[in-house]
Amino acid sequence: MATTERSFIDTVWDFFCSLKLTLGLLISLALTSIIGTILPQGALNPQYVASISQAKLQIYTKLGFFDMYHSWWFIALLYVFSLNLVCCSIKRLPHVFKFISDPTLVLGEGQRNSFSLKKELAFSGPVEKGKERLSEFLGKEFSAPVVTEHNGEYHLFAQKTAWCRLGVYVVHLSILVVFIGAIIGSLAGYKGYVNIVEGTSVNSFDGRNGQRIPLGFDVLCEKFSVEFYPTGAPKEFKSILTVLENGKPVPGYSQVKVIVNEPMSYKGITFYQSSYGPASEGSEHFISVTPRKGGAPEKFTVAEGALGTLKDGTTFRVLEATQEVRQFAPGFSGPAARIEVTRKGAKPQTYIVFKNYPEVNAQRGDDLIFGYDGTNAKQFTGLQVAKDPGVWVVWLGCALMVIGIFIAFFMSHKRVWVVVSKGHARMYGNASKNQAAFQMQFEDLSEKFTEIKI
Amino acid sequence: MTSSMLFNVTTFTYLISTVVFFAFLASKNKSLGLVGSYVAYFGLAVQTVAVGLRWKESYDMGVGHAPMSNLYESIVFFSWTIVLLFAYIDLRYKYRIIGAFVLPFALLGMAWAQLGMNTGIEPLVPALQSNWLLYHVITCFLGYAAFAVACGISIMYLIKTAAEGTDSSATAGGLMSMFPPLKVLDDLNYRAIMIGFPLLTLGIITGAAWANYAWGTYWSWDPKETWSLIVWFVYAAFLHARITKGWVGKRAAWLSVIGFAATIFCYLGVNLFLSGLHSYGK
Ligand code: HEM
Repeated sequence: MATTERSFIDTVWDFFCSLKLTLGLLISLALTSIIGTILPQGALNPQYVASISQAKLQIYTKLGFFDMYHSWWFIALLYVFSLNLVCCSIKRLPHVFKFISDPTLVLGEGQRNSFSLKKELAFSGPVEKGKERLSEFLGKEFSAPVVTEHNGEYHLFAQKTAWCRLGVYVVHLSILVVFIGAIIGSLAGYKGYVNIVEGTSVNSFDGRNGQRIPLGFDVLCEKFSVEFYPTGAPKEFKSILTVLENGKPVPGYSQVKVIVNEPMSYKGITFYQSSYGPASEGSEHFISVTPRKGGAPEKFTVAEGALGTLKDGTTFRVLEATQEVRQFAPGFSGPAARIEVTRKGAKPQTYIVFKNYPEVNAQRGDDLIFGYDGTNAKQFTGLQVAKDPGVWVVWLGCALMVIGIFIAFFMSHKRVWVVVSKGHARMYGNASKNQAAFQMQFEDLSEKFTEIKI
Repeated sequence: MTSSMLFNVTTFTYLISTVVFFAFLASKNKSLGLVGSYVAYFGLAVQTVAVGLRWKESYDMGVGHAPMSNLYESIVFFSWTIVLLFAYIDLRYKYRIIGAFVLPFALLGMAWAQLGMNTGIEPLVPALQSNWLLYHVITCFLGYAAFAVACGISIMYLIKTAAEGTDSSATAGGLMSMFPPLKVLDDLNYRAIMIGFPLLTLGIITGAAWANYAWGTYWSWDPKETWSLIVWFVYAAFLHARITKGWVGKRAAWLSVIGFAATIFCYLGVNLFLSGLHSYGK
């Protein structure tokens, strides 16, 4: 009974240690990850829901396909992956440590035949002398050897960068470190979003699931602006932010420029430029109307959509306005408004009037020239808000990974043995990686080796 | 002289190099191999100048940025890195015939870029205005190029095993004798991936660092990110496969081909078929 139980545990243990499992997991992760790149993730849009059958929708939802990277089975795969990594390391690391700390000092007959790199040197002097001379040689040309006497022969063992055998385990550890960082981030961090109208401040933001989260300080948006390239493509989205504690600006956090790719961080919370738009409340537009035959312009201040009435009964209203017209009318820049003008008893006419191009405005309309003098409308800046205390752990893991991969791939554990017997000495060499490069080094060493006179 | 003229010369040169390499394959004439290599080097030199010139031209236009900001520029850079790696392997390992299986990738890239794409220099949109763009693109594409080379070598491996496995007729045997031995191909495949894998890892990390810096999230399971991770998994599987018996040789070669197919999908397929943060400016 006991033995079968033992062997069952052994089987499970071996399963979790096995590289076959690793391959299976890597390939499964690769294949399943594809699902989430094909199916939409997160909140589904109604169009998509309407486009697939109910049965499919239900099955996919049950399987977590619409949030697959957080589904139980994907997380489970990642756990098994970690477990595989841990078990495999527990099983192998002690061997590797032993291999490093307790190297093969004495080469048996059988082992000697397995080397592809070997060289023989004949000498007539006493064995002791050979041992001393060759120890000195190895120490000078390669690395100081450990000398062991065995059956009347001397075994000289020298090695270099034995510790690089641990590189692989640094890589594996680094993966776990990245996971730990990600877990810390998901437990102790948050992400959210906030809109701030120019000239106003906020002290909280909207979390992912809609609840309002307090910041613990105030953020004031002094100004938001957009710049464009001559082609009309956006060049810069810029918010000027000030952090307030107890209503007072915090030194160093006053009038901070925040653009895409240049966020602002305060007390571990980072604000990223993300979107913008017109503030809806209380905006008014300034319109001037000049008679074509000359005379003083009449000035109006109207809210968007509200009707303005001229002395002669003509009415107009601002349908929409923008502070930068370039994206809608390439070749023009600055503020502009689309207005609808209704002359008494006539059909409404709509056209665009610019702030910077009075000559263009003058080409429109009949005997009244409409002009746009801008607005007191404000814009809001949309900021992404994030706090992730785990991110440094993730970067630590990444650094470990890069270092570990470098060690594992590009460094090699080089070993050289010299067996000194009566009348001759034989040198053997072996490297854990990049045999070709070591072969050249070994041949170089061999050349000097054969020139030694004992 | 403009960069776009030089890019046309580059494309044409790679075409000649590819043709000469195919002739080398067919004729087994050593000097043809040499010519193929030299033509490829010439193309590489021209392309290097062209990339530098395009960089300068962007500054002359007042929208200065490294020429790696859109699909066109990235394909050009991809071709450049492929030929660069081929040159390295040619000089280091002296297996010139690999050119016949690697140069076509570079030619395909350049031809598509020059003939099928808008080649104009565009200003950078705000999202791309960051030094991270440079680090991210360079590491990713060097990695991709190494995988392209590994794929070419794996195809040679698969052809050679197929030819030697079934029959050893004189012609097949003759042609196959030009290929490096299977062991060497297997080893070169591994070496190319040993260059590509760390670079891809760096590419993913710099991408994550950039995303975190610009958006506050280092990983958001965006399709491009996910696909790069898929590619990473495939090559991690390849590396581990070598340690397990039964997964070397042919299966490893297949993994390398699949890995490159995934790489290409990650690079192009995601942009063409899926949507996400990385769709290059239209
Ligand atoms: C469940 C997960 C994993 C397990 C159990 C595992 C296990 C192993 C084992 C046993 C080795 C061989 C060590 C030796 O030479 O004796 C190895 C090598 C290696 N592993 Fe992993 N591994 C896993 C995941 C990963 C991942 C995701 C990476 C990605 C970076 C990775 C990178 C490496 C590298 C670079 C090597 C060295 C390969 C070579 O020298 O060619 N491992 N792994």
